[in-house]
Amino acid sequence: MSPEDIIRPENKVYSRPEYLTDAITHYCPGCSHGVVHRVIAELMKEMDLGEISIGVAPVGCAVFAYNYIDIDWIEAAHGRAPAVATAASRLNPDRLVFTYQGDGDLAAIGTAETIHACNRGENIAIIFINNAIYGMTGGQMAPTTLLGMKTATTPYGRRVDLNGHPLAITNLLAQLDGTCYVTRQAVHTPAAVRKTKAAIKKAFENARAKRGTSVVEIVSTCNSGWKMTPAQSNDWMAEHMFEKYPLGDLKNV
Amino acid sequence: MEEEVRLMKGNEAIAHAAIRYGCDGYFGYPITPQSEVLETLAELMPWDTTGMVVLQAESEVAAINMVYGGAATGKAVMTSSSSPGVSLKQEGISYLAASELPALIVNVMRGGPGLGTIQPSQADYFQATKGGGHGDYRLIVLAPATVQEMTDFVGLGFDLAFKYRNPAMILADGIVGQMMEKVVLPPFRPRRTEEEIRQQCPWAACGRGKRDHRNVITSLELDSAKMEVNNLRFQETYRRIEENEVRFQEYFTDDAEYLMVAFGSVARICLKAIEDARARGIKVGLLRPITLWPFPTKEIARLSEKVRSILTVELNAGQMIEDVRLAVDGRVPVSHFGRMGGIVPNPGEVLEALEKLTVNK
Repeated sequence: MSPEDIIRPENKVYSRPEYLTDAITHYCPGCSHGVVHRVIAELMKEMDLGEISIGVAPVGCAVFAYNYIDIDWIEAAHGRAPAVATAASRLNPDRLVFTYQGDGDLAAIGTAETIHACNRGENIAIIFINNAIYGMTGGQMAPTTLLGMKTATTPYGRRVDLNGHPLAITNLLAQLDGTCYVTRQAVHTPAAVRKTKAAIKKAFENARAKRGTSVVEIVSTCNSGWKMTPAQSNDWMAEHMFEKYPLGDLKNV
Repeated sequence: MEEEVRLMKGNEAIAHAAIRYGCDGYFGYPITPQSEVLETLAELMPWDTTGMVVLQAESEVAAINMVYGGAATGKAVMTSSSSPGVSLKQEGISYLAASELPALIVNVMRGGPGLGTIQPSQADYFQATKGGGHGDYRLIVLAPATVQEMTDFVGLGFDLAFKYRNPAMILADGIVGQMMEKVVLPPFRPRRTEEEIRQQCPWAACGRGKRDHRNVITSLELDSAKMEVNNLRFQETYRRIEENEVRFQEYFTDDAEYLMVAFGSVARICLKAIEDARARGIKVGLLRPITLWPFPTKEIARLSEKVRSILTVELNAGQMIEDVRLAVDGRVPVSHFGRMGGIVPNPGEVLEALEKLTVNK
């Protein structure tokens, strides 16, 4: 059998999803964003959401999400994605509106918008990438940075007396009456990716069914910011991040 | 429903006018002296009649970003606030301008700086007309002097905002917001349909539908060459607005030897002072800018050719006077009379300031 006999359309098992553009991403090799983007793009097709979705992009590494996922997007100011999504959703109730935010965007500068959108029970999905660092600006401390973790602004490691505690904001969001589904996932293994996809699917379903706010935190790696190889990052995340940010559903109403 | 004659506050008129215009959404946060806008909307419950969304946000910051989200989908959306709250909105306003989004922002000004006072002021003139937030941008700024204009400028503001894809601001002082006057409310207009919005706003990020491309609303462009092109496009829009949208009103300028320039409710105080001055034989007229940006530069320049001296009267330390001086270009002396901190001058004080000019010249 020659390679030509094997490379045929009917034998294709993996390809770029229809809703992922062919743009070359600016993400570092090994970054979790690419995997999560792909999962969202797959769901756009599988759930038939591509024509009715409005994504709200953050300020942070995912600022250019609108270049990669081929749906309508609104680029929000830093931290304000939940407020932007609130209006987009209320004014267009038959659309799926979701935000895609990092830890600095969602849990530092945008904490008020995050909490109040969740507390109002806005019918939106919030995809929250927690990699415990500010990737876009060059690796500074995030609200979710672990104690002892070295970043550009905690060069000797995060200290409670100087920098306060890491913020498990998702636990807090699970306490709010407006959230219907709060979960913490990861994308470091194929099994984890499948669980993340199921979680995002559920979040999109909830938004469509107007059940309230869904939050899918994805504990992620930033190998560039962490100064590790992608493989080392995955190991380090499983060893250290999951202790503070354990995976699983925090709320499922 | 048809036109309706009512007695109401300027702030209440804003709410009524918004519903009647066919506004899609209002997002606000309470602050004196404009809270009646949100209160009136809540009382009128337009979500049950026109389908308009009304939401009390968690902050002015959230409110302006809700406006951003709504405007990005092509909806006619607005917010209102007062000076300290409008300062908080500046980041969002800069983003609206940079993303070329139509929206209406109402500032019912109170005395500042800082937390200041809740009494009337015009001290946000610089902020409103020179940009306010970061970057090179302009707002279309309308200055109402009556409750009727508070009503009319809601429709005008939205129309101009959509015509030029640029945010518009109603810059009212606390007097116009709080005082009650007779007002003719416009007839109800239906909100635009989904189809009409897609036609009017082909750029809107409201879901792709059958469009062959995605729409992205963003103010980000890391390629400097492209960002300069964006800026040149904004500037071209501003030049078109300057050319077409200058609005002002002249009073007694035909035979005027002296000219007053004042906007908002202060213009009405000046009119009383002019009446008294003319009774004493002082020939004085008034130019009232209705658009503070674009500013009636040419008209003031024209009038400066025939008057001896110009007096600006403002509820601030002298802000609009800078634009008047630029227009006058040194042809005649321009002086300022103003009160600050929420104090409103009476016509007698204005007349006194005017008489000083006539004695000295």
